Amino acid sequence: MSFLAELWEGLLNALEAVRANKLRSTLTTLGIVIGVVTVTLMAAAIDGLNTAFIRSITAIGADVLFIQKYPWFNEQPWWTTRNRKDMTLADLRAVIRQARLVEGVTGESYGRATVRYGNATAAAVFITATTEQGGLVRGLNLREGRFLTASEVDGARPVIVLGHEVAEAFFPHESPLGKRVTLNQQVFEVVGVLERRGQFMGMFSLDNQVIIPITRFFQQLAWRPNVDIVVKVGDLKRMDEAREEIRGIMRKVRRVEPGAPDDFAINEQAAFIRTFQRVGGVIASVGLFITGLALFVGGIGIMNIMFVSVAERTREIGLRKALGARPRAILVQFLIEAAIICLLGGLIGLGIAWGVTYGVQSLIPARMSPVVVAVAVGVSVATGLLAGFFPAWRAARMNPVDALRAE
Amino acid sequence: MSLIRLTDITRRYQMGAETVHALRGVSLVIERGEYVAIMGPSGSGKSTLMNLLGCLDTPTSGRYELNGTDVSEMDDNELAEIRNREIGFIFQSFNLLARATALRNVELPMVYAGVPGHERRENALQALEKVGLADRVTHQPNELSGGQRQRVAVARALVNNPSILLADEPTGNLDSRTGAEILSLFDQLSRQGNTIIVVTHEEKVARHTRRIIRIFDGLIASDEPNTPLTEPAPTAMAQGAPVP
Repeated sequence: MSFLAELWEGLLNALEAVRANKLRSTLTTLGIVIGVVTVTLMAAAIDGLNTAFIRSITAIGADVLFIQKYPWFNEQPWWTTRNRKDMTLADLRAVIRQARLVEGVTGESYGRATVRYGNATAAAVFITATTEQGGLVRGLNLREGRFLTASEVDGARPVIVLGHEVAEAFFPHESPLGKRVTLNQQVFEVVGVLERRGQFMGMFSLDNQVIIPITRFFQQLAWRPNVDIVVKVGDLKRMDEAREEIRGIMRKVRRVEPGAPDDFAINEQAAFIRTFQRVGGVIASVGLFITGLALFVGGIGIMNIMFVSVAERTREIGLRKALGARPRAILVQFLIEAAIICLLGGLIGLGIAWGVTYGVQSLIPARMSPVVVAVAVGVSVATGLLAGFFPAWRAARMNPVDALRAE
Repeated sequence: MSLIRLTDITRRYQMGAETVHALRGVSLVIERGEYVAIMGPSGSGKSTLMNLLGCLDTPTSGRYELNGTDVSEMDDNELAEIRNREIGFIFQSFNLLARATALRNVELPMVYAGVPGHERRENALQALEKVGLADRVTHQPNELSGGQRQRVAVARALVNNPSILLADEPTGNLDSRTGAEILSLFDQLSRQGNTIIVVTHEEKVARHTRRIIRIFDGLIASDEPNTPLTEPAPTAMAQGAPVP
């Protein structure tokens, strides 16, 4: 008897057995349903968070390097990097002057200030202080007006570019261009408004911010000036070369002794994603392990019921053997029965999980990908096969004489 | 070449600390086309002998040749194949699959033989016709009478054209009238050239056969030819007519 024919016969018998024991099959399936629902929801949540994260992280730009005092993910002990010198405008100028392999360089510094226009006030608005290259490097688009100019940055002019949200809040019915707003009592003239940019990682609004010349920022608003140098390389293939070039420039301008470690860090999106994926991987495995326990319990339920099913049908097994069923045919029959029960449970569970995922999509970024669906179906069938194996094996090894004599 | 040749067969079982000698040295030859009864009281070893003849079990020692092939040393897979091809079992309690139609029950041995679906159906219908159940093919066992169930079982035993029909107390669960019906079906099958071995403790059943082997205490006590009773016309039986 061919293996395919065995599978087909097993399938027919399994469906018949499931139909004959509807209540029992349903109850047994419940364990698998719960297991699959939890595992699938977990996977969907992880998948959704991953996707959301990657989507917002790509806003950084894959071809952008960040030369900063500290690495994003410090792998050295904190006290070895604690005493690093601040990054200065001199460092920035050196990079601007000497870097050849890059498309644009800007320096950035950040702060918060109270913005006021007429009677309206907004506290703790995020300030990005940058140079005229900031728009190019960060890929900013303007809704109206223009970005900062070189002469404004060089002359530390009091000009400001508003984020979308800030512009909407202060100037709902008029153009903000040419208006004067104050930042901590300092007057700035609005020269441009950014397009809407959305949120970063679902919590930080990129639109509730203002942009001013970094020179002006250091004169009037900065508490402790520290510059992040942001470099747009413009070509992913040149990333390594560009990184090395900048490293050389930085070591020279900061007078790092040969052989001494860098006293700055060159960060990039790829490292961010790598680290996130490492951390996310741990969270995912722990989460899936814990939810997998539910599936495991379901699997034990299946094993239990398959033992009952085998015991109940001892005579049938004996008969099939007498009629010429090989041990393998009996094994396949019961394995398929277990797999079918689990598959039914898996499909029901998947349906429930799909509904839940769909329902919570507005609250958290959950996502049910085809991979999750395939994995859930695969896992439930595998659970059936694993849980069913021992009972099926017992059935397959039964002695036909004893099996036929069973009551 | 004889169909069945048993040479000095023994079979021992371990029951706890005790060893049971179910068969103590049985030698036996059965030719193709014979109609044999194996008789003996319970505990005589006749069930063990039947299990060995049916290749459900292997002997502790001795040689069993079936159709010239030594089956005494075969493994589970080979035995399954031999049972499928050579033996048609008929049980006291019919042993039909409760939730399957008569047709599907009869198809079952062919499933394990790997016969393709359409051929299976054809053969099964023919076999059911042969036992007079052409109009009951879609019925499930619980919709059939005891005699009809046993006839489904006979059809199932016949359908792979086995060398031996092996019946274990085939009338034990039937009233005497239906029992007689089944026995005359056997007589008819015997006349058509089938080899039939009936294991029974009822003289009335054994008297239908042409050879009676009596087992006692694990040994053959007697092995004698028998003149069978005369039978009513087989065609009448197949149509379900009352049997005197």
